[in-house]
Amino acid sequence: MTELLNDFLTGSVAWGVLLTLAAFGLGVLINRVTGKAIFNPLLLGSIFVIIFLSVCNIPYGDYKTSAAPVSYLLLPATVALAVPLYEKLDLLKENAPAIIAGISVGTLVSLGSAFALALAMDLTKEQYVTLLPKSVTTAISMDVAAELGGIAALTGAIVIVTGIVGALLAETVCKLFHITDPIAKGVGIGTAAHAVGTSKALQMGDVEGAMSGLSIAVAGVLTAVLCPVFVGFVH
Amino acid sequence: MLPLPVPASVYGLVLLLAALTAGVVKLEQVKETGTYLTGIFPLLFVPAAAGIMELWAEMGQLLLPILIAILPVTVLVMAAAGRTTQALTARNKKEEADHD
Repeated sequence: MTELLNDFLTGSVAWGVLLTLAAFGLGVLINRVTGKAIFNPLLLGSIFVIIFLSVCNIPYGDYKTSAAPVSYLLLPATVALAVPLYEKLDLLKENAPAIIAGISVGTLVSLGSAFALALAMDLTKEQYVTLLPKSVTTAISMDVAAELGGIAALTGAIVIVTGIVGALLAETVCKLFHITDPIAKGVGIGTAAHAVGTSKALQMGDVEGAMSGLSIAVAGVLTAVLCPVFVGFVH
Repeated sequence: MLPLPVPASVYGLVLLLAALTAGVVKLEQVKETGTYLTGIFPLLFVPAAAGIMELWAEMGQLLLPILIAILPVTVLVMAAAGRTTQALTARNKKEEADHD
């Protein structure tokens, strides 16, 4: 039975796309029915895909190849963040110093924390580099990790979980630290939790979404530039 | 092409923003597609996130640092970035009010 299903699936070209859509759709459904933030569609969808592949004994590599059209859309989707940003360009210009300062401080806290962790827990250089770029979008962080000698695939996984955690905690963190300004909320979420956090910020409001999208780009570039410096701190 | 370690998508974002600002591309031309694409963002991460299934061994060795890096550090980064921006925008607004 499993073999039959296996043959059927691997025989159809876009089964990975279908599986992704079905798993994510089920995640959205559970999220709507329960109304609980912890039942994040991305988190649930990924778990369903993992369970399905494990039960049917399908290697992850086969799924990844078949689902490539889905991942491929990440590129135009990141480019599309220019749209909400353009709509809020005046707001960005008016508050540019505050926004740039916020993203810079957040990025330095992120890199500094990884450095402190490496020292405190005696991490190897490979482990340190794997953790270092974890707050910025996979497109940048995986490149940076690979370039500097980390485990890029693990960085990618950590980045996505970071994004999910950031999206789940966004409202709580803003409340806890009395962050009420929509611009500040967006900067905080985008700097800490990249595109996954931004999808949450877009739900919170237009300004939050636009600023969060901007923060992905700025924090990403800053991280790419600063990571080699931070790697130089350990031997 | 350029020596900076910046991925294609970020160049794309900057280029589209520049094209919109210059008026080469009109907002109406990209608004619908753009909103659609940013709306399905979480879905697009599913294939990559499922990659965790191949990384249990590496994850196991690094579990504690990974957990610390993910939970408290994410809260810390979000709070630091947000509070800094808020403090500075509040000061801006106050200065403007003083000028009026």
